[in-house]
Amino acid sequence: MTFTVPSELEAELNELITHYPQKRSASLMFLHALQEHFGHISKEAVEWTATKLELQPINIWELVTFYPMFRQEPVGRHQIKVCRTLSCALGGSHTLHKHLCSRLGLDSKKHGIQTTQDGKFSVEFVECLASCGTAPVAMCNETFHEAVTQEKADAILSECR
Amino acid sequence: MPQEYRLILKHADQAGYTPDIECYLRHGGYEALRKALALGVKELPDGKKMTAQEQIRDEVLKSGLRGRGGAGFSCGLKWSFVDRKSGKPIYLICNADESEPGTFKDRQILHKDPHQLIEGMIISCFANDVKLAYIYIRGEMPEGARLLNKALKEARAKGFLGKNILGTGVDIEIHVHRGAGAYICGEETGLIESLEGKRAYPRIKPPYFPAILGLYMCPTIVNNVETLAAVRHIVSMGASEYAKLGTANNTGTRIVSLSGQVKRPGYFEVEVGKVTLGELIYHENFGGGLREGRTLKAIIPGGSSSKVLKAGEVFKVKKKGEDGQWVPVDMNLLDLPYDFDSLQQAGSMSGSGAIIVMDDSVDIVGVLANLGEFYAHESCGQCTPCREGSLWMSKALHRLTHGHGRKEDANYLLHIAQNIQGRTICAFGEACAWPVLSFVKKFKDEFEARGAADEANAAQGSHAANAVASHKV
Ligand SMILES: Cc1cc2nc3c(=O)[nH]c(=O)nc-3n(C[C@H](O)[C@H](O)[C@H](O)COP(=O)(O)O)c2cc1C
Ligand code: SF4
Ligand code: FES
Repeated sequence: MTFTVPSELEAELNELITHYPQKRSASLMFLHALQEHFGHISKEAVEWTATKLELQPINIWELVTFYPMFRQEPVGRHQIKVCRTLSCALGGSHTLHKHLCSRLGLDSKKHGIQTTQDGKFSVEFVECLASCGTAPVAMCNETFHEAVTQEKADAILSECR
Repeated sequence: MPQEYRLILKHADQAGYTPDIECYLRHGGYEALRKALALGVKELPDGKKMTAQEQIRDEVLKSGLRGRGGAGFSCGLKWSFVDRKSGKPIYLICNADESEPGTFKDRQILHKDPHQLIEGMIISCFANDVKLAYIYIRGEMPEGARLLNKALKEARAKGFLGKNILGTGVDIEIHVHRGAGAYICGEETGLIESLEGKRAYPRIKPPYFPAILGLYMCPTIVNNVETLAAVRHIVSMGASEYAKLGTANNTGTRIVSLSGQVKRPGYFEVEVGKVTLGELIYHENFGGGLREGRTLKAIIPGGSSSKVLKAGEVFKVKKKGEDGQWVPVDMNLLDLPYDFDSLQQAGSMSGSGAIIVMDDSVDIVGVLANLGEFYAHESCGQCTPCREGSLWMSKALHRLTHGHGRKEDANYLLHIAQNIQGRTICAFGEACAWPVLSFVKKFKDEFEARGAADEANAAQGSHAANAVASHKV
């Protein structure tokens, strides 16, 4: 598959570069935009970004491998992030994570992100999402969900197409 | 009766209040900016002159505003350190990384009243001759980033931002920059590296004080969302009125994030020091107490990095006597005024204003294991004591919660933590050592008992029972 960045997206990214006195600063915003569009950060995306920002690919690789939100492999179309940190743990996030995993046929004991075989869902634990007062919290792609009971979790799953 | 005092969040939760500029303008929005821009040169009695910028900076200093991001450092003093003679541009960065576990206050401002932050930022930029500023928002707040971008666009369209603001000839631009899931981006020099497009490796101070060598090696101000929002109110009401809120040396209001095992978790804006820790947890206007039949076990008073306080602890705290003298008095944990200085005197800190409450149903070893995992995951890895130590601590805590603990693990944990603090590039070292030091010291019997039980079980060839019992937090 050839790697092509649609011209509207490229125009958007060109505009982003103007936000900074130094091009390199735009790299995180580039990676966000590319991941949003392609679903993950491929080798081609890294090289393309490096060329655009007049950097070496290693300058981009070191970001992709450092920042937890970037991923080098495709994940499920609906990516569910469950907060693992203290207030959510006290509020039942482990039970929630287990429930989601068992509903989707995933192994809740496995470390790291897990994806269903049909590529529809991914589930992972993440650290504090800054909404500890409404524990347990989770995100499904860009949508934020508070006080997620098992019923609420089931509703979230059934709304995903 | 202790109650909320809503200044920054005055409108945020009112029915019909929306984050768009028209709504903000209907509620007096951008009047403080107009006021700031209209300030002329002020002649002092001694004949000296003060520019508009100097007057605002002076007001912020006099207001007593202390940073709401964690360290509680005087905002006016921080601004006074900025190198204004270097000839380099000065940058301002709003720290909207909000990632200290337990904290969810900036989220409220960003999502419900973004213009208030933007107005505070424009005023702060003007006061510090900043032409270009950034809002560094954590990657997991895509909605916040969208709202901010929309708000910035609206502000530009109305002439509050961009070139020649309100016809005054002042140019200020603000852009949104998104992080990507790393806690260390909240540390100001890590944040700066990240904004430069690099890994968020914190820089060593000295020499890299942001006020002198910050973004692109230029003088830079980094302030928290809530701090910058407060600037808007200081300019609009005046420093002396602002300083009447709160208590001496702990002025203004503060948004407290309350979470954990209370009936009514949530965020509460209070006058700093006017409400006690106990009131925040038990009073019906705030947390409403613990769940039925539970007793208090421990409180994390200022975000997960602050030292834990144990129920029943009594501290020596200085209090102003009737003759105006400060005298040390014994104070129970729950009677501590929730401010910067009292918490510090109690050996902890109010940090990011995040209180996490634990009742007697928690497994305290499990709680620390949860935090240990957080820090092991979030260490940036530059300094050996932090990178290795956070992992060792997490491993020891993992085995203590999975039936493989040892009695000496308690001392082992203390030993590692003691060797991290003070030996690292950034304050993350302390952030990961302090919870361990305080939890293990204050609940040592529980840590040792857990390890001893595991050893006894292992001797009998069965650790299964204990493992199951301790797996939940
Ligand atoms: C490990 C670590 C994490 C931090 N995270 C945050 C954060 O998420 N948000 C924040 O405003 N400050 C955070 N800080 C504090 C910042 O370094 C900085 O002091 C603060 O943004 C300054 O703003 P203020 O003076 O307005 O409080 C963190 C500090 C450390 C050491
Ligand atoms: S103390 Fe930890 S987080 Fe801070 S620079 Fe060193 S390794 Fe990184
Ligand atoms: S602990 Fe889950 S949102 Fe903070």
